[in-house]
Amino acid sequence: MASAIKVENLSKIYRLGEIGTGTISRDLERFFKMKILKQEDPFLRIGEANDRATKGASDIVYSLKDINFEIEQGDAVGIIGRNGAGKSTLLKILSRVTSPTTGKINIKGRVASLLEVGTGFHPELTGRENIYLNGAILGMRKKEIDRNFDEIVDFSGVERYIDTPVKRYSSGMYVRLAFAVAAHLESEILIVDEVLAVGDAEFQKKCLGKMNDVSKTSGRTILFVSHNMASIQNLCQSCIFLTKGEINHIGETKEVINKYLSNQLSNTLKLSEIEERKGNKDLIFINGEIIGVNTDNLDSVESFSDFTISLEFKLINQLKISNFKIEIGINNNMGDRVAWISSNNIISHFDLLISNKITFLVKNCPLAPGDYTCSIFSEINNNISDWLQNVLPFAIVEKDYYNTGKSLPAGQGNILLNYSII
Amino acid sequence: MSKKSQNWDFIIEPQNSLFDLNLKDVWRYRDLLWMFVKRDFVSFYKQTILGPLWFFIQPVFTTIIYTFIFGGLANLSTDSLPQPLFYMVGITTWNYFSDCITKTSTVFKDNANIFGKVYFPRLIMPLSIVTSNLVRFAVQMILMITMMGYYAWNGANFHMTWAITLFPLLVLLMALLGLGLGLIITALTTKYRDLAFLVTFGIQLLMYTTTVIYPLSSAPAKYKTMISLNPMTGIIECSRFAFLGQGQLTWYTLGYSTVFTLVSLILGIIIFNKTEKTFVDTV
Repeated sequence: MASAIKVENLSKIYRLGEIGTGTISRDLERFFKMKILKQEDPFLRIGEANDRATKGASDIVYSLKDINFEIEQGDAVGIIGRNGAGKSTLLKILSRVTSPTTGKINIKGRVASLLEVGTGFHPELTGRENIYLNGAILGMRKKEIDRNFDEIVDFSGVERYIDTPVKRYSSGMYVRLAFAVAAHLESEILIVDEVLAVGDAEFQKKCLGKMNDVSKTSGRTILFVSHNMASIQNLCQSCIFLTKGEINHIGETKEVINKYLSNQLSNTLKLSEIEERKGNKDLIFINGEIIGVNTDNLDSVESFSDFTISLEFKLINQLKISNFKIEIGINNNMGDRVAWISSNNIISHFDLLISNKITFLVKNCPLAPGDYTCSIFSEINNNISDWLQNVLPFAIVEKDYYNTGKSLPAGQGNILLNYSII
Repeated sequence: MSKKSQNWDFIIEPQNSLFDLNLKDVWRYRDLLWMFVKRDFVSFYKQTILGPLWFFIQPVFTTIIYTFIFGGLANLSTDSLPQPLFYMVGITTWNYFSDCITKTSTVFKDNANIFGKVYFPRLIMPLSIVTSNLVRFAVQMILMITMMGYYAWNGANFHMTWAITLFPLLVLLMALLGLGLGLIITALTTKYRDLAFLVTFGIQLLMYTTTVIYPLSSAPAKYKTMISLNPMTGIIECSRFAFLGQGQLTWYTLGYSTVFTLVSLILGIIIFNKTEKTFVDTV
């Protein structure tokens, strides 16, 4: 089959910490070197990988670096990666919102992109007027909108309010209407950023269904960014996995998702290499591991399944131990403590002097899907010996625990409850 | 190259040629232009009591103030024309031009959000601004013509001339001049913000360098060339001549305005197109 999109050697650089291009002198220098001396862009060479955690030597980073891929017509392709991996930048370039620094993209067919729901909606205008306005912004001709108008209204389910200004709409209605317009674009390529995160579960399902329709029955190409692996798996045959602006893996969805989950947190340091720690160092943690029982992957755990946290440690000074504590606090990605376990709370026969590794088994972990980190703490004879904050990152991945096939909305709390309707 | 060669519909590359203006795309999105014009118009008077009447208020009050200060206190000549009428023509035409330039000069800043989320030919936005200002201008013209009718009824000394046939051209020149200069300014202000402060202030000052509040005929000879350097001078003089029969219409000044307009328009579009590609990252 013919290709719909072909991306060659695509790179995009950003300059950090400055508003605008920076200074006139730098602009002049660049202009002089490139246009007069015909040299390479002097600010392109000193770029480095987009790693937000470490402070780079240069304030210019690659948001995307040497991206190459080809997408065939009628494919639905997912793009996954952590925050800052370059997903949105890639979509922006493909939607022509911003241009690449180097490289080339060939596109066959009309592109409609949905980077945000309801772009250009005017609060004072009615639903009807906004359908026309938003449709036109997305590239539809007026007669195209006329033709699809009834279907759009029908899909959005806001027929009753169609002549009411959208500022009076609930946020749900707003999103419905906006997605309805975009879903009826008659384009060959549809680019969708994480827009389905808004809206209720039922509507999310409806949107995914519509996108499924679009790709399978009408043979249109879809590019879809999401953090929700369940919807990616549902919709896409193949997947692109980006890390720090580069393609990490590209291939069949399931395989790429597994790669993503196992890779997600593996770039973390060994505990012994972490310098930021408190305590008198009578004991130091040297390694830690979180293993989910049902997933083969390190550092990822299915919700409501069992997992173990093991901490390897070393006793530095041979001392007489009259009491000790080893504690693990679990923090969500906002940094809030969501759970806490301590060797002090339970009776066990664990002895620091005999073993150099302590393993906690957590059963039926009720944490909601998301990213978590641990704070680990040890105390010997009432003195803090080693204390590390926000280490051992791990992910709780979603499992269809409630057997409904629906994915869980994000932002609805930190724990899942085992409940039923009686 | 290895596989069959394919015809692509379009290619995204870092830099297009300077003169690749994408005007075909602009034409394809013409419906959007009308949507924006309609949006501007509708949203302007929604939830206001007076609605489109607001279009009248500004020129009426400005005319009153000018008549009082420049006519009454400073006693500036109005070429024997009724003072309010003289100012009205100047103000209406100048307003259209200055609205075009000030509104287009903030296109990138005002639309950063929408430009960052969706592609459409960016030129649509300034074009829609110039067009929706045209609606406003037309409404103000009605006011002006009503006033002319009133003065004619009272036997005031003025008459329309053949130059009225040039009026569409004058409007076009003002629109394009405002557009061209506005495009240059908006492109520059995305990089160097301080220029934005200059605009409102500069436009105001610029008004005094052209013939809104005084006729060119009354200007001292040594300043005449300087005043004529403002491309709006030819246009305002010509419209006064068209509507009121007084004013210096020379092909030379009108030709100068036309050339100035075309140059700034072409320059504006080129700079705008160049900025548009990267502005999302710099704004």
